[in-house]
Amino acid sequence: MRSPHKTGIAVIGGGIVGASVAYGLAARGEKVTLFDEGDIAFRAARGNLGNVWVQGKGAGGPAYADLTRRAAKDWDDFAHDLGAESGIDLHFRRPGAFFFCFTEAELERRSKTLTDLDAQATVPSRFEVMDNAGIRRLLPEVSSAVVGATFCSDDGTTNPFHLLRALLSVFERRGDYRPGHPVARLAPDGSGFRVETPQGDWLADRVILTAGLGNKELAPGLGLSAPIRPVRGQILVTEKLKPFLRYGISFIRQTVEGGVIFGESSEEAGLDDRTTPDVIQTTAQRAVAALPLLANAQVVRSWAALRVMSPDGMPVYAESAAHPGAFLVTVHSGVTLAPFHAGPLATALSAGRLDPAWQPFSSDRFSVPAS
Amino acid sequence: MFQRLDLREFDTSFTFAGRAIPAREGENLAAAILRADIKAFRSTPRSGAPRGPYCMMGVCFECLVTVDGEPNRQACLETVHGGMVVEPQAGAAEINR
Ligand SMILES: Cc1cc2nc3c(=O)[nH]c(=O)nc-3n(C[C@H](O)[C@H](O)[C@H](O)COP(=O)(O)OP(=O)(O)OC[C@H]3O[C@@H](n4cnc5c(N)ncnc54)[C@H](O)[C@@H]3O)c2cc1C
Ligand code: FES
Repeated sequence: MRSPHKTGIAVIGGGIVGASVAYGLAARGEKVTLFDEGDIAFRAARGNLGNVWVQGKGAGGPAYADLTRRAAKDWDDFAHDLGAESGIDLHFRRPGAFFFCFTEAELERRSKTLTDLDAQATVPSRFEVMDNAGIRRLLPEVSSAVVGATFCSDDGTTNPFHLLRALLSVFERRGDYRPGHPVARLAPDGSGFRVETPQGDWLADRVILTAGLGNKELAPGLGLSAPIRPVRGQILVTEKLKPFLRYGISFIRQTVEGGVIFGESSEEAGLDDRTTPDVIQTTAQRAVAALPLLANAQVVRSWAALRVMSPDGMPVYAESAAHPGAFLVTVHSGVTLAPFHAGPLATALSAGRLDPAWQPFSSDRFSVPAS
Repeated sequence: MFQRLDLREFDTSFTFAGRAIPAREGENLAAAILRADIKAFRSTPRSGAPRGPYCMMGVCFECLVTVDGEPNRQACLETVHGGMVVEPQAGAAEINR
């Protein structure tokens, strides 16, 4: 048998989360190998909406609200620096975004949720509650069926493909990128860890799990637990149209290239990432209900992707107690949180120690104490 | 570049960018334009680069044209009707309000 390759830090999974972490670690001088699967894997990084989304994030967990708000604020510098380093424009824009409500009751619930959240969060993020006339002043295209909205100027969008490509292209200058290297097994080995792939084994001093849905199977081998599940989302995109949508709407946005992307389904569909006619139809109807002129736009493609969801929807940042040096990073909003993963989290992982302030994100919260 | 195998006379015509193109009623629009030695059907929304049919089967969206005022029609999926007015798709379309 060939003797194993050696690396400093093995990052397992090259989605937006793994690419952000690997990029950040390499920038801090670490010797990093980034393992990823091939094109037919489940890859949320290649199927998401591209929102940098703040409003409403962290309801029920103020630590998550603060984490999101800080990361979102860092997006301007992050997009600028990564864009300059990679030569790739991330298409980051922050015009602010609406969350549309179709009934009075929904609007009331929504503004209460945001008000409560604001009282608990320590990092400020302003929002406004608007009625239909208020929305119309900013967005004349809105339907009269929309009763009101919450609007937050911290919400923005990016092109998630450009983000991923920029992270990987800068990473590749300093680190070892291994697409087509699915990790079959991970286990402690001596003072480090053994990473087994069909193309050979690697010995790493440290290992970081960022395999999205793949974390669930890989985590136990390292004494970690990733009780995540897939939650399907279906998305449609229209033909390219001249820019007309000046603001984001939670489930609708126009890309810099001109396509209008919309989707909002949240489905418990297991590992099935196919689209279904009923959800596609409802999604299109809801989009037209919000912006009637979308009835004149031709949809050219639709797809589905699987979210990587924890039981409470919050991120998991954990180090293995049994095998120190093994870390788990799994989140739902990997686009929004990219500046945190490439920044403060990478600094901590480089030092080999998570910040105690991130205790609310440890996986301890999922274990039921024995009675 | 392209030639009709069937040399029967054309029985109709339409215009592309103002130029009259002889054709047969009901034939494929992209094929008729290509036969007139026109390769640039549209310009891209991002860089304005010229593009023409690539797949001829409805999947690549490279063959976009405006047909009788309707933007972003796939020429490879349209049939020719006498008198139809076809324009190149210049960049992104304006949404109909
Ligand atoms: C429909 C939808 C809409 C979304 N919208 C937004 C949004 O607007 N804003 C936002 O911030 N987030 C959004 N997200 C979430 C976002 O896409 C993810 O958080 C992001 O993709 C990062 O996820 P990830 O890197 O953990 O997982 P993935 O992108 O799934 O990457 C995991 C990678 O690990 C690889 N892998 C798995 N197992 C192994 C193994 N054994 N060996 C090697 N590699 C392995 C996979 O091939 C994959 O490439 C959305 C997600 C979905 C599905
Ligand atoms: S040539 Fe490909 S869609 Fe028409």
